[in-house]
Amino acid sequence: MTDLPTSRIDLKAVLHSSAPTIAKDDHSEGMSYLQSVPRRMVTLYLPLSIIVVVLLFPFYWMGLTAIKPDEQLLDLDRYNPFWTWNPTFKHFYKLLFESHYPMWLWNTMYVAVCATILSIIASVLAAYAIVRLRYKGANLVGGLIFLAYLVPPSILFIPLATVVFQYGLFDSPMALILTYPTILIPFSTWLLMGYFKTIPFELEECALIDGASRWQILIKIVLPLAIPGLISAFIFCFTLCWNEFIYALTFLQSTSNKTVPVAIVNEFVDGDIYRWGSLMAGALAGSLPLVILYAFFVEHYVSAMTGAVKE
Amino acid sequence: MADIAIAPRRAKTEIREATAWDQLKHNPNWLGFWFMVPALAFLIFFLAYPLGLGIWLSFTDTRIGRVGAYVGTENYEWLWDDAIFWLSVFNTLLYTFVASAIKFGIGLYLALLLNENMPFKAMLRALVLIPFIVPTVLSALAFWWIFDSQFSIISWSLKQMGLITENINFLGDTTWARICVIFANIWRGVPFVAITLLAGLQTVSPSLYEAAILDGATSWQRFRFITYPLLTPIIAVVMTFSVLFTFTDFQLIWAMTRGGPVNATHLMATLSYQRAIIAGQLGEGAAIASAMIPFLLAAIMVSWFGLQRRKWQQGESND
Repeated sequence: MTDLPTSRIDLKAVLHSSAPTIAKDDHSEGMSYLQSVPRRMVTLYLPLSIIVVVLLFPFYWMGLTAIKPDEQLLDLDRYNPFWTWNPTFKHFYKLLFESHYPMWLWNTMYVAVCATILSIIASVLAAYAIVRLRYKGANLVGGLIFLAYLVPPSILFIPLATVVFQYGLFDSPMALILTYPTILIPFSTWLLMGYFKTIPFELEECALIDGASRWQILIKIVLPLAIPGLISAFIFCFTLCWNEFIYALTFLQSTSNKTVPVAIVNEFVDGDIYRWGSLMAGALAGSLPLVILYAFFVEHYVSAMTGAVKE
Repeated sequence: MADIAIAPRRAKTEIREATAWDQLKHNPNWLGFWFMVPALAFLIFFLAYPLGLGIWLSFTDTRIGRVGAYVGTENYEWLWDDAIFWLSVFNTLLYTFVASAIKFGIGLYLALLLNENMPFKAMLRALVLIPFIVPTVLSALAFWWIFDSQFSIISWSLKQMGLITENINFLGDTTWARICVIFANIWRGVPFVAITLLAGLQTVSPSLYEAAILDGATSWQRFRFITYPLLTPIIAVVMTFSVLFTFTDFQLIWAMTRGGPVNATHLMATLSYQRAIIAGQLGEGAAIASAMIPFLLAAIMVSWFGLQRRKWQQGESND
């Protein structure tokens, strides 16, 4: 009985693919639309390619502007703006050797790595306690942490600026390293809670019977099994740190301490008429580390994004 | 007999009484507390406390470098009569509603397209997500350049096609500036919506579609009565996040227009930054930021109860 429907569908599909005109005439949808190539062109490939081109065009434009010689940038009549035949690396050279850009890149990296590591440690402990220790009120704390995820930085930066000032952290990378975890911990705790739930409880029971302490169970059993989750959390947190803007804009003042996003907006936007080349080179160089990281860990990235939403 | 067999062993390794320390070590509440300390410390000192402090600041006349005194609701009364504030509220609502609605539409459409079978599927999905990976400010700069008043590639292309004769002043004209920032926001938000909805789509069992096809359902009916109802819970969550982050958006606007021209693109977040940090009126800025809270709560409530209702309708157990 069970294989009857499938065989009928196959028959129908074969029928329609061999005689596509029938599908047009009787207006029956069936699975015929999956088979006809011209229709698939219009309903699938055309809209998809339009969307993908629009999504990627700004990056093409960014890259092209970064390698165009100055005179071609602003002369749209003599040169076709969509292509350049004599690329130059002048803008990148200027960026790397005649500006503070390497320092900003280093600051961003330093802040992102430190804040991410701090948050992952705190989240691993919190997630394990909520999922497996099941102390009194664990569900409530879990709910509160989720609510913390919904508090946006835009309503926190003013009071946080005064707090940072009181603690004497103003204009130091520590201000960012300590405030970024408030964005990262709620997210990664929820992500890791999902991962820890999938690890069989029996493994931990065995270890408990063998006399392992909770700490040993976490380090030797749970964490090795949750490595994909840890990678996802790490990459996503790192990206969020790199992307963060409003705290970095508010808490940092001296040019040498700034992170890439803030520095590019504030330091590069001057009266120079040829600034576009170096501005786009800076934007491209600031994006590349993340895109390369992403290229290696696409699957982890997607699972981080969807995992946190699904929970 | 049994006693004799066991007795010598018992004598050798005497079972130690469980001390109070041992009991404490295995008490889940005590252990749980210590496991929670790092996370809670961060969240209390840098999230809960500032949240409360922000609301308190909105009732004071604090300025940068000067401790303020309690002034009651004076800041809010000022804002009530402030046309720029109301303009920013209007802008924020417009920005949020238009951008979220279009993001949802295009995102769902893109998810459905990506769910089809086609060559290079995995690569396409990876490419689609790139706008979400790249830091918002950096892509906003690219848009700033694309929407430049003199050298915009869009103006140039339209002129070449003969559709316009003058450059469009994208970020200098109030209507165009709004359209541009909303477009940039949609551009950045669509990948997130699409990829998360795609993950939801992949959990829908194909046998449901097969059954519907047998019953003669059209592709629209299959979407309306199978895909959409099964996707509702994840749609609710994704759209809550999308609305929340669009409503409190700051960096995109700051990088592209800084609220200009004539405050046409000032959102509540950018206005509060301008008043609090640039003008130094921390109290007033905090009042603007606090005024966002009711809107955020409303957005959370709507999606939360929407989510609950759907779950109940489908008869799923609440886990």
